[in-house]
Amino acid sequence: MFESRTEVRVDPSLVIGVDVGGTFTDVFVLDEALGTIQVLKVPSTTGRASGDQSQGFLAGIREALKAVNPLGPSSAAQVGADSSAPGLSHAAIATIVHGTTAGTNALLERKIARTGLITTRGFRDVLEMRRRDRPNTWGLWGQFEPIIERRLRAEVDERVLADGTVLEAVNLDQVKNETKRLKALGCEALVIAFINAYANPINEQQALAAALEAWRGERPSDLGSGGSNLGEPYLSQPNLRDLNLRKATANTDYVSAAHQILPEIREFERTSTAALNAALQPVVGKYVQRLDEGLKQAGFLGQLLIVQSNGGVMDVATTCQAPVKTALSGPAAGVMACAFLARESGYPNVITGDMGGTSFDVSLIANGQPALASQTSIEFGMVIRSPMIEITTIGAGGGSVASVDTSGLLQVGPQSAGSYPGPVCYGLRDQEVGGSAMLGPCVTDANVVLGRINAQKPMGKLPALDVAAARRTIGRHVGDPLGLNIEAAAEAILAVANAKMAGAIRLVSIERGHDPKQFAYMPFGGGGALHVCAMMKEVGVTQGIVPRYPGVTSALGCVIADMRRDYVRTLNQALGLVVPESLRESIHGFVARGRQVLGDSRVKFSGEQIGVELDMLYQGQSHTISVPVDAEDAMSANFGVAMIETAFMRAYRASFGQTLEAVPMRLMNLRVAVTGVRPKFDLSLMSPKPSGPVTPDNALPMRSVFHAGHWLEAPVFARMDLPVGFRVSGPALFEQADTTVWLEPGFEAQVDRLGNLLIQARGYTYG
Amino acid sequence: MNSKPVASAELAQNTLNSVALDPVTLAVLKGRLEQIADEMDATLFRGAFNPIIAEAHDASHGIYDSLNGDTLIQGKAGLPVFVGAMAFAVKAAISKAALRGGFKDGDVWIFNDPYQGGTHLNDFKLVRPFYYRGELFCCLASVGHWHDVGGAVPGNYNPSATECWQEGMLIPPVRLYDGGDFRPDILDILQANSRLPLSVYGDMNAQVAALALGCERLTQVLDQYGVALVQQALLELRRRAALLMRQQILALPEGSWSCDDFLDNDGVVDEPLRIAVDLKISHRPEPTLTLDFSRSALSCAGPVNIARSTAIAACYVAIKHLFPEVPANAGVMDPLRFVILEGSMISAEAPKPVGGYTETILRMIDVVFGAMAKIAPERATAMAYGTINALSITGTRNTGAAKGKPWVMFSFFGGGHGGHPEGDGLNHGNAPISMATIPPLEILEAAYPVRFTEWSLRSGSGGAGKHRGGLGAIYEIELLEKQAQAYVFGERARFAPQGVLGGGAAKMNAFSYRQDMAWHQLPMASKGEGIALKQGDRIRLETPGGGGYGDVAERPEALLVKDRSQGYV
Repeated sequence: MFESRTEVRVDPSLVIGVDVGGTFTDVFVLDEALGTIQVLKVPSTTGRASGDQSQGFLAGIREALKAVNPLGPSSAAQVGADSSAPGLSHAAIATIVHGTTAGTNALLERKIARTGLITTRGFRDVLEMRRRDRPNTWGLWGQFEPIIERRLRAEVDERVLADGTVLEAVNLDQVKNETKRLKALGCEALVIAFINAYANPINEQQALAAALEAWRGERPSDLGSGGSNLGEPYLSQPNLRDLNLRKATANTDYVSAAHQILPEIREFERTSTAALNAALQPVVGKYVQRLDEGLKQAGFLGQLLIVQSNGGVMDVATTCQAPVKTALSGPAAGVMACAFLARESGYPNVITGDMGGTSFDVSLIANGQPALASQTSIEFGMVIRSPMIEITTIGAGGGSVASVDTSGLLQVGPQSAGSYPGPVCYGLRDQEVGGSAMLGPCVTDANVVLGRINAQKPMGKLPALDVAAARRTIGRHVGDPLGLNIEAAAEAILAVANAKMAGAIRLVSIERGHDPKQFAYMPFGGGGALHVCAMMKEVGVTQGIVPRYPGVTSALGCVIADMRRDYVRTLNQALGLVVPESLRESIHGFVARGRQVLGDSRVKFSGEQIGVELDMLYQGQSHTISVPVDAEDAMSANFGVAMIETAFMRAYRASFGQTLEAVPMRLMNLRVAVTGVRPKFDLSLMSPKPSGPVTPDNALPMRSVFHAGHWLEAPVFARMDLPVGFRVSGPALFEQADTTVWLEPGFEAQVDRLGNLLIQARGYTYG
Repeated sequence: MNSKPVASAELAQNTLNSVALDPVTLAVLKGRLEQIADEMDATLFRGAFNPIIAEAHDASHGIYDSLNGDTLIQGKAGLPVFVGAMAFAVKAAISKAALRGGFKDGDVWIFNDPYQGGTHLNDFKLVRPFYYRGELFCCLASVGHWHDVGGAVPGNYNPSATECWQEGMLIPPVRLYDGGDFRPDILDILQANSRLPLSVYGDMNAQVAALALGCERLTQVLDQYGVALVQQALLELRRRAALLMRQQILALPEGSWSCDDFLDNDGVVDEPLRIAVDLKISHRPEPTLTLDFSRSALSCAGPVNIARSTAIAACYVAIKHLFPEVPANAGVMDPLRFVILEGSMISAEAPKPVGGYTETILRMIDVVFGAMAKIAPERATAMAYGTINALSITGTRNTGAAKGKPWVMFSFFGGGHGGHPEGDGLNHGNAPISMATIPPLEILEAAYPVRFTEWSLRSGSGGAGKHRGGLGAIYEIELLEKQAQAYVFGERARFAPQGVLGGGAAKMNAFSYRQDMAWHQLPMASKGEGIALKQGDRIRLETPGGGGYGDVAERPEALLVKDRSQGYV
């Protein structure tokens, strides 16, 4: 069947973004030939019982193909795997881009591969000792289980000094013996991490080769499997493009070395990142392989790409080698989409807020570029160091639980009822035996009680919401202890939740030296748009933007994400001692490697971007600041100390408002990012019908909403039907399949040409 | 009310009901004000020059009462022991200012006097009176541990000091900024008295920047909410913290419980020093928790004395660890009573040396934990490793671009936490008085002419128990330069961290050094100075684990097997 399908002559024109969440799989389909888009949400339930997330993904693609209009003028041949189903065939798909939480969930649930570690003699506990920290400031009840257990961490003789000198060559016999022993103990993956290998990887490289040999020797049947499982330096071999991906992902040689994943100073962070990567390789590798196989069997001939935490995409082979880079895959795609939407709408500076069931994620986009962070912790001690979209998460979502402590202080979160049993109004708590009946009301309950959420028409496929139960619980847990009536108690819950979320926005803006008044606020996710006016008031933002499809933003982000590779080299030198030629050579080398990877990917690009950054500090300081350098300058012959010094002073002043006199500077790391820009689509494809008068059809029955101590009658609009230029003052509600927008009195909303709802404060005066 | 915008409990008390403060605004303001302190912390951590602040976060910021120095709001990220101590520091600045014409808008006061402001000479406190619309509203303060403040020993952990002047320079509260004007003469004096003048400059600047940011943020909050409301919220938060603490005390049985422990020695005289607490709970007439340290040793010759303010700060840390749900402000202290006798080693006055204050307050926290375990098993936490093992290695570069330049490597080391009702103690944690992280060994090796030959968990160092104590660590360091000297300040080499509820004791601290391939111990166990090292010589620290929780007979067989197979025992 596979063979015959390859004969079909089609011009694949679909680009599909897929974001698999806990409840829904969001799909965004762009038909480049037809110039149409299609958005859909399908339950993520398929395959959940078997723990196989790939089933839900494949079902989502099938649904999407059915939903796309098969009768369009330039649609591809209809030879789907299931010929009885109407719709397009998989052969019509050019590219599928996937934002995944498979890696993150595997780490959180510890459903990871048994992994062995080989390290320098004397240092096997680096991973377990962390940076000598504890989870909480107050209370000494912390615990930590390293992801590689102690008996699977082996030591060998070898030592490199901080300046890269090899004090002792690696004992390869020990490496081989330990490899065999660890494999015999059931390890599915092996990682090698030596002290100071960032300064000179020679011992790690030799150990890697020896370990790979011993690893394969244990299972001779795997010898011919082909695909290199080595990391980046080997990725760019030209023959990789010809490798059968199926073979590459089927590879069981999950042996890697830390310098391949992160050649950067700091042994714990490097070892942790490499260890998490190794433990994820078999898990994420198998998942992506199932996707790839499933798609191919269905007739898909295009490219499957995976979103990385840095917001760029990578191909299947790279994902199998560096799965740790998917840690924030889905959320990063959402932020990339916001950056794109905001740019196209004329707002290059935005703060995004993604409100889900348990958390509120905030990111800052300045000049159209999302801020990047250098590392994150999945949980206590589980550190991943790798460039990633900076996402600040606080425990405030629709499922966050409100409570009143014994001194009478109202708190919301961090405890959460999650999506199951969820808020009281979902009516699922009674089914739960044990604890959840005791749980207090959630933020969503407050929104329902106050009339902001339509109880008869909740999001997704939930039954009607139980308003009475929500009222009872709010009264009992919050109203009674505080002496407030139910509505006032519900408003109090929202006020405290809003204040927490506003705190997170201040954290990413004010604390980083950005004035939030210079930014627009863009909520997305299922719950964000209910709180858009509250956030604007709390933070003092004057412009809000609710994207047309806030609930499927991450899937949209997949469609537009660029392909990106990051490189780092630690120099740790006084600026005066830096050899510009060597620096330039590194930059050119990284760029060449990046270009090779992009070229080998078969992905269509409309352009290329090179980013060069230096991590720098004053001599004696401990924390570096990121110093961006113009890429063209950095690659030119003029690039030298003077140019770097100027760039550092500029960045330092921006960060601290001053520079220090007569203190020498130091260059810690060089970072180069090579990005292949994927073609963007014209957002006007998402535009609503052209401007025109609002007919009564747009207006649904009025609804009572409680706001600022009073019940108001608010008009309700079906958002998708509103024409460009439509304008209304609050109070008003806008309903759509994936969210509800609550426009408070004192605010005005207008539909722009791209279908965004632009919100501005009118009657409200800040402060 | 509106005429006097002072965030003082005394003033506001009289006008308690003049402003309506709804619970929602209170919760919102709590978050806003705490965020200001957190932002000040973050600013200093990023900008500081020395790793003890930047990496180890040995610093703290808060908002304080401008009349009596009481803590109103405290940052989350700062060093826990400062939370209690800073109130005394601000009070010291207030008292001194009163003698010098009072505070002026734009003033920044700076000092490190430990007898007034608590802790030790390395901790420089900067206090800035905050004015809103021309009126004094509160004080903002910043404290950070400076790398070197003179004295006989680089990094200032001088184990044989008998007077504070041997430990470093002592600066009383003076104006660094006089009504907004910087006084460079003060900086000159500070820099001239440090081995690392650049570090002094960088850290001081970063602390000033943190205070400036705090002023800006607090002004925004007052602009938005008004003086009366913010004042009311501060008072209310304090009242509620006190209320919560009283409720916690009422939940404990009345009675008196004791716990005794010892310091190895004071570094000068090799005799154990008793630290003992009698912890008394009474419900009437007021719920009160009394910490009576009367049975503790008299003041000693060496640097393990502490000022009374430091002792009270230590109690605050212990109580906050045992009752983490109570908020961090002065209200927590309201129902607490302290009995600390004059002449005791925990109420030292100038010029008694106090450089090793960390060891003494860790022992105070240990005995409070030990006593509490007898009262409330559900809160019982076995003793943590109980020593910071401050180590300096110092010398002169013989090669490279920095030839002839002095170098000082200074670090604290970790150990195990105690077993607790929820499980085994944490392996290799930071000290209860701190949230300090340890620098990566690769950063240390890149910065100093040393290499680590071991950095591992210390098998068998955790106390046995139903829930085992966490493991301490082994660190072994080899000198790569021609020669250097080492200084160490540690404890727990003669008295092990104790278990609770039948749990076993942890292994003790062990310090050794290798000269010409022969290993040696120090006469004062884990305190020593001027240890001469040549190239290839080594320093070895084996740190204590935490004590065990409960009888080891109750430990499940599977966990005993796991302990063995993983090499934890």
